[in-house]
Amino acid sequence: MSLTSTVTDHARVIIVNADRIDAAMAIQFKEDMRSETEGGPDRVILDLSTVKFIDSSGLGAIVASMKQLDANRSLDLAGLTPVVDKVFRLTRMDTVFNLFPSLDDALAAAADQ
Amino acid sequence: MTETAKRGKFALSFRATELEARNGICAVAQELRLLGVSEDTAGDIEIALAEAINNIVEHAYAGVEPGNVRVICSFQQSRLDIRISDKGVPLPAGELPEGAPAVITDDRQDLPEGGFGWFLIRQLTSDIRYDRINGHNRLSMGFDLA
Repeated sequence: MSLTSTVTDHARVIIVNADRIDAAMAIQFKEDMRSETEGGPDRVILDLSTVKFIDSSGLGAIVASMKQLDANRSLDLAGLTPVVDKVFRLTRMDTVFNLFPSLDDALAAAADQ
Repeated sequence: MTETAKRGKFALSFRATELEARNGICAVAQELRLLGVSEDTAGDIEIALAEAINNIVEHAYAGVEPGNVRVICSFQQSRLDIRISDKGVPLPAGELPEGAPAVITDDRQDLPEGGFGWFLIRQLTSDIRYDRINGHNRLSMGFDLA
């Protein structure tokens, strides 16, 4: 299993147990996201702070993970490291997701809502 | 995986499977950092390298026994040249894809899950060239290190 998740009051928080989301791991990641996001709060926060590298297959797997959620649910991303942040910005996928500097920031934003 | 190194140049080759490709990409990125390439630039190079090599794994050797990928990195003053060779099928039409940016749609279900690779390569390299020579594909990518 590439992911670990916990449920807080308002969100499911998913942590990645890998330092890369790349072509060799993309399908497994998408499958694990599907099982981890089954049921639970509408808001899902993916904590990417352990991920040092992502390629376009990994990016596609994160997009697919959002698309497989019901339309009323959201996937927010937290803790993007420099290379991951760069891939999101270059592909303009930074405009599709809510990005937070850290998991704490993402959780604080939930408390404000 | 085999690796050779001399001053200003290093090379390695590996089989075009996803896991060997990952190990090869990581090995090149680590060597670049050891040779003093900055963290930012090494990150950019690693992204472009990964996209180019993933294309070989997914397309050049699609449906056949994976052959080898050879990566040669040469430092020239403030520039790095990376040459990647394989014996797979040529690029479609024998040319580099345009690499247009993926279209970001408002409707979540229409968002692209792929097609970012050549765009990223073009964004992150200072120049790029493709040659088909004697049954080999050769992709040459240049990076400014200054």
